[in-house]
This record gives sequence, C-alpha cells and structure tokens, in this order.
Amino acid sequence: MNVAMQQLADPMDIRPFRIEKIRKELADTFTMELVPEGGGSFAFKPGQFNMLYTFGAGEVPISISGDPADPSKLVHTIRRVGAITQAIGNLSEGMAVGVRGPFGTPWPVEEAFGSDLVILAGGLGLAPLRPAIYMALANRHRFGKVVLLYGSRSPAEILFPKELEKWRGRFDTKVRVTVDRAEPGWGGHVGVVTKLVTGAGFDPMHTVAFVCGPEIMMRYGIQALEQAGIDSSSIYVSMERNMKCGIGLCGHCQWGAPFVCKDGPVFRFDEVADAFKVREL
Amino acid sequence: MPDRQAVIDRKDLGALFTLLADEGYQTIGPKPYDGAIVYAPISSPEELPKGIGDEEEGGHYRLTQRGDAKLFGHTKPVQGLKAHLYPARQKLWSAEKAGHGFRVVKDAAPQPRYAFIGVRACELSAMLVQDRVFEGGPYVDKGYAERRKNCLIVLVTCDHAGNACFCASQGTGPDASEGYDLKLAEVVDGSRHVFVTEAGSDKGRAILSKLSKQDAADGDVKAAAANLEAAAKGQKRAMIAGVAELLAAKLESPHWEDVAKRCMSCGNCTMVCPTCFCSTMEDATDLSGLKAERTRKWDSCFSIDYSYIHGGPVRNTAGARYRQWMTHKLSHWVEQFGVSGCVGCGRCIIWCPVGIDITAEAKAILKGA
Amino acid sequence: MVQVDNLGRILEEHPFAEGLEPALKELMIGCAANERFEAGQFLFREGGDAKKFYLVRSGVVAVEVHAPGRQALTVETVDDGGVLGWSWLVAPHKWTFDARAQTLVRALSFDTTCLMRKMDSDPILGYQVLKRFVPVMAHRLHAARMQMFDLYGPGKKG
Repeated sequence: MNVAMQQLADPMDIRPFRIEKIRKELADTFTMELVPEGGGSFAFKPGQFNMLYTFGAGEVPISISGDPADPSKLVHTIRRVGAITQAIGNLSEGMAVGVRGPFGTPWPVEEAFGSDLVILAGGLGLAPLRPAIYMALANRHRFGKVVLLYGSRSPAEILFPKELEKWRGRFDTKVRVTVDRAEPGWGGHVGVVTKLVTGAGFDPMHTVAFVCGPEIMMRYGIQALEQAGIDSSSIYVSMERNMKCGIGLCGHCQWGAPFVCKDGPVFRFDEVADAFKVREL
Repeated sequence: MPDRQAVIDRKDLGALFTLLADEGYQTIGPKPYDGAIVYAPISSPEELPKGIGDEEEGGHYRLTQRGDAKLFGHTKPVQGLKAHLYPARQKLWSAEKAGHGFRVVKDAAPQPRYAFIGVRACELSAMLVQDRVFEGGPYVDKGYAERRKNCLIVLVTCDHAGNACFCASQGTGPDASEGYDLKLAEVVDGSRHVFVTEAGSDKGRAILSKLSKQDAADGDVKAAAANLEAAAKGQKRAMIAGVAELLAAKLESPHWEDVAKRCMSCGNCTMVCPTCFCSTMEDATDLSGLKAERTRKWDSCFSIDYSYIHGGPVRNTAGARYRQWMTHKLSHWVEQFGVSGCVGCGRCIIWCPVGIDITAEAKAILKGA
Repeated sequence: MVQVDNLGRILEEHPFAEGLEPALKELMIGCAANERFEAGQFLFREGGDAKKFYLVRSGVVAVEVHAPGRQALTVETVDDGGVLGWSWLVAPHKWTFDARAQTLVRALSFDTTCLMRKMDSDPILGYQVLKRFVPVMAHRLHAARMQMFDLYGPGKKG
C-alpha cells in the first residue's frame, strides 16, 4: 500500500508490520526495525510519528527515528516507560505490531537549505531528530554549518553513541556532546546542554535550529539559542502531549488552540512561545 | 422564495412517523423517561411528552405538568443527539491472534438511518458544529459522516425559553434558517392544534408532499412567530460579547482558582454538552488472550488521566482543567473550527452538581480584567 | 616589557576582556601569568587556598568532586574561552572542588592577592572584574539547579 492509498483508507485502521530487528540502545530503550506485512513501503517526513499498537495492550504515539530516504523499513526508538511501551518491549523479532500513520508536521529541513543548521537535542529527544540529521547530512552541500548539540544525563545514557562518533568524524559537521555528570574516563564535556550553544560557531542571523527533548530542556535550550542571537521564528520545537487518535479528533493533545498531533508535533517556536509560558495549559 | 407555509393537524402527525418508518428511518424523538425527557426511539406521537414541561436552573431539573396538550412544550431533552451520531461507546474493530501476528476484523454492519423528530435549533447548531469537527478537517470520522449523511432532521421551534437557555446570545437559536429537512412550529389555540410546517431540503419537500396538510391560517403563522419571539426574549442568561478574545487573554486569570474551589471535576458538563467530542480508546483482550477489541468511548477533559504524559498529567489542578474546558469551548474552538463550541443550550449549567454557570464565569472573568 | 605585551595579546583574545578599557587590562596583566597543564595535572585541589583564577585559552578542565569509596565525579567542564575559579572572591577563600586538566590546557592565571589589592584601590577595576564574574557565578548556579532538576528525565516520547 502506498501513501496515497493509505490516506484514502480509514485513518483509524491499523496496518500490521513485522518486527524485523530489535536493537538494545540503553538500559530501558530499544530500536525496532519494522516491515509491512505482505510487502510495501512506508514513506514519511522527518519529525513525523506513528501510533504503534500492540495486541490487546493499546496504542502509543512514537516518533519515527529512521532514515526518510529508506522507505523499505520503518524504524522506531522506544523507551519502556508505561504499560504499552513495556508490552511492545516484550515482543520479539518476527512478531507483529500495528501501525497508524505517519502523522504530524515535519522538521522543515528543506526550508532550512541555504542556512546554518543547529540541532539541539536532549536525552531521548535525539530519536525524533535523527531522520532530520540523516536528511541534512544527505544534503550537506545545501547548508552552511551543521552543528549538532546533544545533552544527556550521563555517558551511559547517550543515545546512538556510535552514530554521534561517526558524525563527529565528518569534517563538515560539528558535534558537541555534554553530560550532566560523569566519572573519570569520560573525555567530553560535563555541564548542561545550554552551555554547548556558546561558541558553537554558527551565524545566528542565518541559522535554523531544531530543538527536541523534555519540555524543560527545550525551554532552557531555546533561551540559550535566543541569547546567541537566533530569532524565535527560526527555531523549531517538537512537543509531546497525550494522544489517543493522532488525527485531531480525540481532543487529548490540545495545547491551547493547536492539536499537537496534527498542527504539531513540530512547531515554529514564535507561534507557540506564549503557550510555553502558561502552566498546565 | 421560501416555501409556502402549510399546517399539519395534530391528528395527522402520526402519518409522519409511519412515512418515515416506511422509508427505512428509525424515528428518534423526545420521550419522558425516569423523570426526565430524553431522545429515544419512538414510533408514534403518542409517545411524545404530551402536556409535560420542564423546570431548569443551575444544578436543578424537574418535569412539570403544563396543563395543555402540547407535545413539544418542554425545552430540550437532557442529552443531545451526539449520543446517536457519535455514540458513547463505539467498537472500532476486533483482532485475532494469527501465527506470530494478528489479524484485524472490522464490523461491516451498515450505519443506522435516524429520523430525529423534535430537534431544537440549539441541537441542530450543535450538529453543524460537530460536522466541522468530524468532517471539516483533513481527517474525517467515517462512521459519523455516514450516520450524519443518513439522518433526517425534523426541527421543532421553541415556544418559550428555559431558565438555562442562552442560544439567542450565541446566535444559535431559537430559530434555525438552515440544516433541517422539516421545520415544525407547534400552535395550540383552544381546540385547534396544528404544526406550521416548512421544508428546508429536497428530502423534506418530498416527505411533506406525502403528508396531508392545509394552508396555514394567518393566526397560525402569527402565533408561531410570537412563540419564537417569546423564546428569544424570555432568555434570562446571555453569553458576554467578545468572550473568545477575552478568554484567550485571560489564561492566567486568578478566577480559575476561584472556579476550582467549586468545580468537582465530575465531567457532567462535558457529557451533556452537545458539541463536546473528546474520546479515548479502550483496548482489551478476552480471557484466552487470543482475541482483542478496540473501543472508542467518550472522555472528559476533567479527568486527570486525560492529559497524562509519562511523568504525570499536564493538568493537575481543577482550575487548569476547568480552564481547558471553558477556553476550548468558547475561545480555542473558534481558532480550530471557525465557530464557537457553545450553542447556548445551558445543559452544562443544569447538570453541574454545584450549578457552575458558564455565562456567569465569563462575566466574572471580564470583571476581574 | 615583552612578556606583558604577549600576555596583553593573550588577554585580548579571551572573551573575558571584551569591552574592558586598555588601562584596566594593563592593571590586570600586571597580576597575570601564562600557564600550561598536561592532561591529568591538577590546576587546584579542594581545600587549598584559592589565590588564583584562570582564563582558559584552550583545552578542557574537569571540575571534580571525590568521596571516599566512590569514583571521582565530574560536575562540570570548562573549556576554551571559559573562566575557572571564583573561590578567591568568597571567604574563606578555599577551593571547593578539584580542577584537573582533561587535555593539554593553556590558561592565563591571575594572582588574586595582587589583583584584589588593585581592585580595592581602583573601584572601577573592581567593578569591571566583578561584573564579569557575577554572570559566571549566575550561570553556574543556573546550571546546578538544572542538573538538580534532572533535565532529561522523565524523558521525551520515544
């Protein structure tokens, strides 16, 4: 089934996918590669998410962490935090999950062509950004500087460490990683992620920034980017809210007027800056 | 040119029910049940709440005896028609384990064809609002769209206002100018008991052409107009003007904490609101673990789980939850769907156990400005 | 003096000197020294007298805390363009952490006994130096609070 056909189908219908490969990332986090049962492909844009269903347990929104240039497999990186993600985590290769999607707004990678690109990620927030990183690196010549700033709690909790090393090894990409605390042996930065922004070497007047991580990390991260001179209209964030349908019909993900599932999850920061300030919105 | 008005005599009203049933409609109308008037399947005018009125106030509802023979002398049933068009529990599909995976089985049963009789203007406005929600965006709820397309609407205009009514200030009643198939105005004058009738669609015209009727008398039309005027002018409550902009600017008003002291977070207002559309999913397996089912059911923004993301709910306090409901209904809804989410039926006022009045809260927030 | 000229250039290159009048820079240079630390070498140790601060020119300094029976923990790193050490400003003027070069580190150090004397007799210099240290302290406090809050947990959907 291709994307056009998918849109014609009922968006509440799930499509079965087979788990091709499971890779443990962190103590509580794993990555699954999925392929559609009965063949076919899955096209998506970086930053979009799927509703993943596991038999009898229910559905949960999970952002896609794979390469948008490779629609032959669907890749999700999942942390075991609730009943449903636990249930998905208990599945093994060869078993099936249900997929609805892709849903939501993408990271505007193409709109950022011609500018410097700053990607600021915290914790598991690197997963929804990875498709944008793949796409940016595949189009590296279309950007000025490309800077990836990543913060994690400790060295053991750094997501995708091998890829970070690989990206750091490229001469055309700056990768800075910091952790909140570290034991000797860690040769990198220690300190909050916001500190990485200073001296990252981008031109703030011609920079687009993508920010993803826990809400509080994003708030402080954005503060640092604005302090560095990036305009709020050039900063994009990915939001998280409760979602039951993914298509704007169940109401749960409202954040003021926007539905995070269909008007987001990626928002231009200046359009939601006020909402960030309101508690319990 | 509006259709020329005709009257159907009370004794000929039964033919409408028969005709609709013959055309394959399930006729739904107001009916006294357990001390309240509800929308329910009825098959003849004899089941309508003859001579029964209702009394309503904040946190108060009683049936009354009107002392006349009116069939539609009440204001509005306790629950709107969303219960039919978007049922409180909807089974979406079931699944069976198959090998390492599972197979999804969808119920292919056809959607019901409802003829709603006795629909009030506020009710119809609520349907038009829900049409925008379920059919107006990039994603359409197919079940709703089909039930809605199938249905026939027999509107009945109001002859008085309930104490909780404020449709006049919301521009959603007591008269309706579109969206109905037939519009009836009940006129009782001594022994004369007729329904001034107008068709609003081809479907309605076709039905009307098959009913026995006479031309309306001057007095009938005047009486119907007077009733409507009384229903508009008799409204004791009104929503303040400019409430959408006001609330958008008052997300941090201290008044939310004041409401929180009274609000019990019971969610009654969301259940009786004819436009509230929030739902959640329920997934379950049978005891064998081989069969699973997915059910969509109404949810309320007043429940603590509603805003749960891992780490905890976003809206912890009753004040934040009430603010979500009221600002969504009256303000964010306009941004989302181009209209207010409130049709002024006043059900949220009546069914609030502590009588919180959305029109009074809006005024209080304005005053606190 | 050649050395002062060189130090002057070095100070000039550091963000700390931004907007500082030449005369004040001159006063500071009189208390400065150019230092170099091999990886693993300590710049200062917890409990020691805090009689210096450092403007890091290049390299990474780890600020560490150690406890018996536990591995030392790095709570912060300071690198190119950073300012290290403000215990000299606060009584009882003892270092509260260890600072260890994580890589080869080049830094400009300041004798704070010398500098403090100049700051006392020249309040404009005193104000300018403090004005540059207060943000350093504020950022450290902000960072400490954020670390205490545990920014990354509970994490993002994923």
